[in-house]
Amino acid sequence: MRKRWFMLVAAAAMLMTSTVGAAAVSAATDAAPGQDSKAVGFIFVGPKDDFGYNQAAYQGSQAVQKAFPKLKVLTAENVPEDDSAARVMEGMIDRGAKIIFATSYGHLDAAEKVAKAHPDVAVVQQGNFIEGTITPNVGTFFGTVYEPVYLAGVAAGMATKSDKLGYVYAFPIPQTINNINAFELGAQSVNPKAKTYTVNTSSWCDPAAQAEATKSLLGQGVDVITQHQDCTSTVIKTTEAAGKMTVGYHADASKLAPKGWVAGSQWAWGDLYTDIVKTALAGDFTGSKYNANYRVGYKTGENPFVQSKFGSMITAKDKATIAADKKTISTDGSPFAGPVVAQDGKVIFAAGVVPTYAQIEATDVFVKGVVGDIPKS
Amino acid sequence: MNLGLELMAGGVRGGTSILYAGLGETVSERAGVVNLGIEGSMLCGALAAYAANAASGNPWIGALAGAAAGGALALVHAFFVLNRKTNQLATGLVILFLALGITSLFGAAYVDEIITPFTIWEVPLLSSIPWIGDIFFKADPLTYLSYFMVPLIWWVLFRTRWGLMLRGAGERTEVLRTYGHRPQALQYVAVVIGGLMAGIGGAQLSTAYANAWFENMVQGRGFIAVAVVIFAARQPFKVMAGSYLFGAALALSPALQARGVSINQFALNAVPYVATLLVLMLLARRGSDDAPEGLKKVFEMSPG
Repeated sequence: MRKRWFMLVAAAAMLMTSTVGAAAVSAATDAAPGQDSKAVGFIFVGPKDDFGYNQAAYQGSQAVQKAFPKLKVLTAENVPEDDSAARVMEGMIDRGAKIIFATSYGHLDAAEKVAKAHPDVAVVQQGNFIEGTITPNVGTFFGTVYEPVYLAGVAAGMATKSDKLGYVYAFPIPQTINNINAFELGAQSVNPKAKTYTVNTSSWCDPAAQAEATKSLLGQGVDVITQHQDCTSTVIKTTEAAGKMTVGYHADASKLAPKGWVAGSQWAWGDLYTDIVKTALAGDFTGSKYNANYRVGYKTGENPFVQSKFGSMITAKDKATIAADKKTISTDGSPFAGPVVAQDGKVIFAAGVVPTYAQIEATDVFVKGVVGDIPKS
Repeated sequence: MNLGLELMAGGVRGGTSILYAGLGETVSERAGVVNLGIEGSMLCGALAAYAANAASGNPWIGALAGAAAGGALALVHAFFVLNRKTNQLATGLVILFLALGITSLFGAAYVDEIITPFTIWEVPLLSSIPWIGDIFFKADPLTYLSYFMVPLIWWVLFRTRWGLMLRGAGERTEVLRTYGHRPQALQYVAVVIGGLMAGIGGAQLSTAYANAWFENMVQGRGFIAVAVVIFAARQPFKVMAGSYLFGAALALSPALQARGVSINQFALNAVPYVATLLVLMLLARRGSDDAPEGLKKVFEMSPG
């Protein structure tokens, strides 16, 4: 409720400040989407220095600037996941951007709307999935985040003493469900007794709610905590203060947990962003791999989601095990190689099956060993 | 730890920041000024405390800075409302957005700072009492301070001459003026005290509870405090109960989830608001009749 209230007022404030009329009808051109653009726009749902998701995306935008010094890189922080995102993107198009990166999951609707109104603008969205036909100037892209998360789960399974792992997440979106499952499966692979306890906060960043969620998990005997939140420091500091262990997400925050840091995963977007911009500038966007739901993982190329460093409790032997797991995933294996069983005992992937990235993304249940329900609306 | 105990301990943990803001708002409203900008004072307090803490390495200097920042913002509210006679509700909201903008702008640099937070200090003997010890006496110093603030503010408001005059200013400024007092000065002090307290509440949030600064991290707790104060009929002890109740309701969802209990998440998220509304309605049956005369004018939207 309070959140909705805020959004209402924020939307009102947004109306007052952004008088950029949506009337900017696109000039009908025959140019390919994004071709010869003078500028590229990036919108972020949070601030560019959140020690997490948005910071990584912002750093990616700066890598684009470095690769294309003549290009004007426009960035907008704190863009809500509603129709006001469309207005921000329209404003960037007015300033010459023909390539737009909408970097938050909830920006997809606005991104598709803007793309429809501007066939000459290439709009790519980070992390969501377009159902059905994809128009010639749109695409989504993402790394297969669950691969490094699986490896971090292996490390967590090795580190835990209570066999109880904790996961503080925001919302049950497919990405998060996959991460939680991969984390638990990774832990199980070395520690069959390991269970993952989940708590959601219904907010991408509410530090006080994160503190309470962490304390609840610790109270249940959990001794390794990871998370899927946009701002990550509260969970890590609270865990460290309690003398328990942390698995990082989004960024290398090992300095926040000098004693308890186990492992983690972090973003390196620069190369992928640069390649998307390069493709669009050359006029090759339509029909390219980016004009689709593009997923890059260990199997298909450079995963933009990479492993963070390990903590001191992970021995050389442990690291060798994890490296071997990575090799398997990169070749003929998968974090979700069957048999994978859901909480209720139903088989998700049968024994011997190595699911494709698309099949994995379609998973909408927790695997056995995860404690907690997926909230339903 | 069993569920009941965890909820009560969570109520104190999560309710303390709301309690500070609520106590401040109580003083302010008793003097006839509603300050919706209390949410902004909490934000300013949270950031100033975090920044001063990062610079000095001392959490108490942080808390003082938080109080000062919260008070300073309230001073702006006081000026517009008392000198320029602007609408109190509208001014409070504008002040909130001012604070949101300022703290987002200057706070960005502090998101990845590391501070010296207030730590949990267990009171000898008291903390070993079953239940009571776990709920009240394994807390941070700002939480202990709040235990003293509640009776102190009650005593000042209802047992001192100054408190009587302050409440008089909230009822009928004409009467005070007739006797040669300056009600406006009293109101100024009350509003600023409100901001100071909210600032400490923000400091508790950023430097004791969450140990982090992030823009808009107060997330509506200041508005909850205003609601608690209205329903608690501006009585400090009832404000305390209401704040803890809200904190406990906030702790319900993670506590149940960590136990693997399956309950509709979205229903759980509504619990804090529903529970607070229900209980405070029962507590404050006579609430609206008790409101200071000066406040009634505000809510009737007639010019003060």
